[in-house]
Amino acid sequence: MSALVALSSMLDAHQIWRGRAEPLPAGDQPTGWAALDAALPAGGWPDASLSEILLPADGVGELRLLLPTLARLSHTARSIVVVTPPYAPCVAGWQQHGVDMRRVDIVAAPEANVLWATEQCLRSGCCAAVLAWPRQADDRALRRLQVAADTGRALAFVFRDRRHLCSASPAALRLEIETAPCVRVWVRKCRGGVAPTQPFPLARSLH
Amino acid sequence: MLWACILLPQLALDGVLRRRANDDPLVLVDGAVNARTIVAANASARAAGLCVGQRLIAAHALLAQFDVLPCDHQVVDRWQRFLAAVAYRYSSEVSLLPHAIVLEVSRSLGLFGPWPAFENMLRVDFTALGFRHRIALAPTPQAAYVLAGILDGSAVLEPAHLRDALQPVPIRKSRLPSASIDVLSGMGIRTLGQLLKLPRDGLRRRFGSELPEAIDRLLGDLPSGLGNYRPPDKFDLRVELAHEVENIAALLFPLRRMTSDLGAYLAGRDGGVQRFVLKLEHRDGWATELKIGLLSPERDAGMLFELTRGRLEQVQLPESVLALQLIARDLPSFVPTGRDLFDERPVNALPVEQLRERLRARLGDRAVYRLGSTTDPRPERAQAITESSAGYHEPHPRPTWLLDRPIPLRGPMPRILAGPERLETGWWDGAEACRDYYVIETSLGQHAWAFCQPGEQIGWMLQGWFA
Repeated sequence: MSALVALSSMLDAHQIWRGRAEPLPAGDQPTGWAALDAALPAGGWPDASLSEILLPADGVGELRLLLPTLARLSHTARSIVVVTPPYAPCVAGWQQHGVDMRRVDIVAAPEANVLWATEQCLRSGCCAAVLAWPRQADDRALRRLQVAADTGRALAFVFRDRRHLCSASPAALRLEIETAPCVRVWVRKCRGGVAPTQPFPLARSLH
Repeated sequence: MLWACILLPQLALDGVLRRRANDDPLVLVDGAVNARTIVAANASARAAGLCVGQRLIAAHALLAQFDVLPCDHQVVDRWQRFLAAVAYRYSSEVSLLPHAIVLEVSRSLGLFGPWPAFENMLRVDFTALGFRHRIALAPTPQAAYVLAGILDGSAVLEPAHLRDALQPVPIRKSRLPSASIDVLSGMGIRTLGQLLKLPRDGLRRRFGSELPEAIDRLLGDLPSGLGNYRPPDKFDLRVELAHEVENIAALLFPLRRMTSDLGAYLAGRDGGVQRFVLKLEHRDGWATELKIGLLSPERDAGMLFELTRGRLEQVQLPESVLALQLIARDLPSFVPTGRDLFDERPVNALPVEQLRERLRARLGDRAVYRLGSTTDPRPERAQAITESSAGYHEPHPRPTWLLDRPIPLRGPMPRILAGPERLETGWWDGAEACRDYYVIETSLGQHAWAFCQPGEQIGWMLQGWFA
């Protein structure tokens, strides 16, 4: 047997992961949904990180979830980029939710370049939030986006089909939207805390 | 008045060398076809024993393999004008002398700092462009020209010290009229100091008015009499490649030089470029044209290179390329983006314009846009790619996603949440719309914006999603 190694020295050398992550400092990116803010460890979106939103279909309230955040960010110095949205953003609808459309850039990228364009926007540091709908995004691609979001101090939102729920993801936050019996949001993963066991309902007023 | 002289001793050679990536022996030759003489040789050619003034035949006897290029005086002239455009950045009074550029700097010193710092800026600029240079400062352009030929870096700041500085200059290097120089050397006058001591009227009797006037200009007793240089209104740079190039990667080296030249020219002009053309010239006089348009005027050389490279990499070369030409006619004024002291963006953030240009370079010119609203109520025309906004606030519910074209909505009968909202318009332009809009909920739980014919609740057409 080789010499015994003191546990404390290994802990000091950060050779052992202790399972309990550092408590996250409270971020300043509230989601605009009080119930969700209260459930999330950072008190809102994880700052400068990737958030993944899993959907059963388009049009189930995924933008409604984000619009308070986008409305807030569209009045800051940095702009918002929407990379290859599945449909055209409706100017009147977004304005009704308080988004300043002059600060929203839309990027039309072919399928092969969606991830590249998203990463460029995130990395640039001049975007407050980047929304993307990548169709072929594996673990590595999402990790790149996470690193880029960290570099550019931007919020990254990736919308994917809910069948990706079973595959692992490097996103700091994973939300799943469920439509039956009513529209609810499940927190499936949140870095720095335990995912709440209860979903929270997404009120969908028309205005 | 203070004049800086930038002497360019190897203008012709530097103009050729700066676009060659390799260091093979190279000489420039001039003269009649049967009596070619070397007028410039690069370092590796000189190391092999070739020297200026040697006959080309003799050079061939010394070295088996070296490149020979004719010395094109037009090209040399163009380089000099280009460098004058670069120097124009530092002074509004720039003049050309043979193999040299002089600029009046007394008023520029306030902006660019005291002379040693200013001189350093000039040296950095010219070194970056790949031109060897000697710089001197004197109260008259002619004196600066003479001093630059004698000692690189010499500076005479006070007119009172000019005479002393010129005293030891050999008469052969005084750049006075060459006919007089021969006679003066014959008279035993070796330095300018000896010449300045001679009585002026005696000189006038012996040499006519030309020599005394040249001396007066040298000392500043007469105005310099140089014509002012004015920068051209368009940028046109053509580079002939040494070999036929068939892949894009080999074009990048000359391209980087060209875009940095464009950037230097624009900085000198205090302008930017919004549109330019890159021509790839092929055999038989035809060319592939690459039009590059930017969203706003830019002049950063690195950015111009990145954008041009992005566009160039998408080009399939139909044939090998013999020459590159970069033409910029549209040169609007350039306003550098200011940054706020209390800027929220990260320190290393890219300007948003640069990000948009980078995306456009790879994804196409129409790939990045913003949407604005119009006054038309029809959903398919209610928004357009524009920066402006009609400023009209829609009181009725509008979705967040809009389909490009309405599509039939299939499936079981949807649940109606709101509506109808009657829309009857467009009779004046041939795209008449008469629809009842409803907010409905599909069986999947999606909220949709759909319409049907007035009064009916069948044949739903999907227009958007309340996502």
